[in-house]
Amino acid sequence: MVSFMTNTKLLASTLILAFSFLSPADAKTLRYASQDDPQTLDAHAANLLPTNRVLSQVYEGLVLRDKNFRIVPGLAVSWSQPDPKTWRFKLRANVKFHEGQVLTADDVVFSVTRALHPLSQLKSSLQGVASARKVDNLTVELIMKEPNPVLLNHLFQFRIVSKEWSEKNKSVTPQNYKDGEDTYSSRNTNGTGPFKVTLRQPDVKTVLVANPDWWNKNSPERGNITQVDILPVKSNATRAAALLSGEVDFVLDPPPQDIARLKGNANVKILEAPEARFQYMAFDTNRGELLYSDVKGKNPLKDVRVRQAIAHAIDVDAIKEKVMRGLSVPTGSIVPPGVQGYSKEADKRYAFDKEKARKLLADAGYPNGFSITLDCGNIQPAADICQAIPPMLSQVGIRATPNIIPQASYFPKIQKFDTSMYLLSWGAATYDALYNLQLLLHTSTGDNTGFGDSNYGRYSNPKLDELIKKIAVEGDMKKRDGLIREALLLVNSDVALLPLHLPVVPWAMRKNVDAVFAPNNIAYFFRFKLN
Amino acid sequence: MLAFIIRRLLQSILVMIAVGFIAFSLFNFVGDPVALMLPPEATAADREEVRKNLGLDDPFYVQFAKFVGNAVQGNFGISLRLGRPVSQLIAERLPATLELAMMAAMIGLTIGIPLGVYTALKRDHWSSKALLTGSLIGVSLPNFLIGIFLILIFAVWLGWLPSFGRGDVTQLGFWSTGLLTKTGIKALILPSCTLGLFPVTLIMRLVRSEMMEVLRTDYIKFARARGLTNNAVHFGHALKNTLVPVITITGRQLGGLIAFAIITETVFQWPGMGLLFIQAVQFADIPVMAAYLCLIGLIFVAINLLVDMLYYAVDPRLRINTATTGGH
Repeated sequence: MVSFMTNTKLLASTLILAFSFLSPADAKTLRYASQDDPQTLDAHAANLLPTNRVLSQVYEGLVLRDKNFRIVPGLAVSWSQPDPKTWRFKLRANVKFHEGQVLTADDVVFSVTRALHPLSQLKSSLQGVASARKVDNLTVELIMKEPNPVLLNHLFQFRIVSKEWSEKNKSVTPQNYKDGEDTYSSRNTNGTGPFKVTLRQPDVKTVLVANPDWWNKNSPERGNITQVDILPVKSNATRAAALLSGEVDFVLDPPPQDIARLKGNANVKILEAPEARFQYMAFDTNRGELLYSDVKGKNPLKDVRVRQAIAHAIDVDAIKEKVMRGLSVPTGSIVPPGVQGYSKEADKRYAFDKEKARKLLADAGYPNGFSITLDCGNIQPAADICQAIPPMLSQVGIRATPNIIPQASYFPKIQKFDTSMYLLSWGAATYDALYNLQLLLHTSTGDNTGFGDSNYGRYSNPKLDELIKKIAVEGDMKKRDGLIREALLLVNSDVALLPLHLPVVPWAMRKNVDAVFAPNNIAYFFRFKLN
Repeated sequence: MLAFIIRRLLQSILVMIAVGFIAFSLFNFVGDPVALMLPPEATAADREEVRKNLGLDDPFYVQFAKFVGNAVQGNFGISLRLGRPVSQLIAERLPATLELAMMAAMIGLTIGIPLGVYTALKRDHWSSKALLTGSLIGVSLPNFLIGIFLILIFAVWLGWLPSFGRGDVTQLGFWSTGLLTKTGIKALILPSCTLGLFPVTLIMRLVRSEMMEVLRTDYIKFARARGLTNNAVHFGHALKNTLVPVITITGRQLGGLIAFAIITETVFQWPGMGLLFIQAVQFADIPVMAAYLCLIGLIFVAINLLVDMLYYAVDPRLRINTATTGGH
């Protein structure tokens, strides 16, 4: 046994020696932990944060976002719009995929087709695009079926794969779960990005190694990370312990209750920044009679005064202090700052004023209030907020009961409109106001065309619908921003939704890590530094 | 004997079908995996498409029939969370869980039996009383708390052992083992102690009470009268006869350790089946849950069968009975 141990030690040190010759002397490995692991490595099969967090290190699109989250050229160096229905992109020359294939227009056309496939979940990254056409080896045109003035914002999420590689590995379409397929592309990657995947063990470890041939390796934003070990650690306490013991360098999602303790540790620091995501309450403004209530024969939430009363009754600062432990920025807008169309003027909250709330309720004919249920999913912080709001409402006479159910049951419930009032959070997927307005507040058409799909309270306002339709086709950005402001002011005065706050994301890391925050809560490792 | 085993195997198939059927009828209540597979910002059209693509719009008995049909051919479907064949996932995770459970059972036996004998023989000694009081902690403290305590002490304060993961594993054919590398062995210590604490205390208390019972019997008195040494009496005669219930309980415990390593695996991010299962539950990953529950059913049936067969080996009376009655 002893000699065996010495042998392995010897072997290990020989290996280390061998590797130190192969890799640069200053190898910097970042050990990164979060509770989630990507579902798949397929470029177009899933559109969920855990997947995007890994794949956005590996794959790139025509456009990228810089450190300040502005759109910058990516695999396309320039673009133009010869006519409203065509976008022309000039591709970057000499870009190589990780396995050596050279990027051409064929790859882009192939990737567009793949991302528009029925099995793809990245169709929204090509909103309005009908197809792609190769002009020459380095020029591609996207043919629009309807105009999309903010196409570039959408394209940021689009990922380009190699046609040759996908065909060779029988991964021409995204993974098909139904047919029990286990495709090559769900386990392997071949992108153009700053990192390549060299090891993938679901729920155990995924290793990213810096791409030495990355076209953008001389970017001023680039840090010094040469390898990232992605380690999923599901248990909150264990994740925090692993950071404290120095087994990991970075924790994306430290448990909120441990932040104070982590801050007190000399080897750990916390980076806090607001995510471009907001939590909000929404109301059933459609039913003639409210569900789960003692009001019979009518629906108080149809009356704007009642919705305003609820807005006045909520003490968002108390939620920030007591529930969010300071980690939130109260907001009055359904479009977070930094998102195209954000308007300071429309970002006004209803003041916390119990007297006013009681008076509004009395004016609306409910001097003694009414009872109601607030539906929430069981994830944090939603579940805690859900318990904080009912006592606030009861102080003005609205006897609310929280109903907290598992996330997997919660969505089907509200999707069936089986709710009177619910709490949800919404990320700015495209960083454009239209997406939020259109999905959250356009009259629900019920035909899955992207209008009012997530409007589970079935709010309907013909004036807002008209504005949304205008915004969708307005090509002049200045005019468009004006229309958005008008729509947002209308949403605010009508309390179509009641935004609460933007969650502040804490990233926890060892003192020697320099991290750069991105408002989509993705750690872009190439910008990180290990000192 | 052979007929007995075959009958048991047939029963186990019935058990598994029953487990599968009950599981599927409950899956309606775990919620809609599509809600978690897509971001909340997804459009209704996206959702509908994924749901149809997964066959989730079928009623549960149709889903169950499809599951059984495929399972017979060895196809347990694709995990909704990880997008990989369930059979492959389980094959990957099984070694980790079995290694952990075996190690915990070994800790339980190697520490539990000697301590049980000791506390039975030195019944009134203060150290026995201290051990018995201490064992109450093992019986009553929940696993996750013990795990977190151990992490705090050995990983955060002392920095001796890793707080999560399985270390480096070596692949021996289909079996991945952590027992051949230093990091793998170090990683195994905390989880197996956490999981093993309960069996230690249980086996210790069991051996103690059985041993005390046996020590009162006549044949022990006769053995002493024959002038046998204490060691021969205690270990050759007394201990051997306490083992029947210990085998039963250890067998049941092993099944329990495999099936309920879930908490320990979650605390230590141990990449076994329990972790796979708990994440499947949170994600409403129906294919994984179904396969896991059926497999656990199989493991319990198999362990019970083995335990029953061990009785034959340990207890001569059973063999005599069989001989005189001509089998079952």
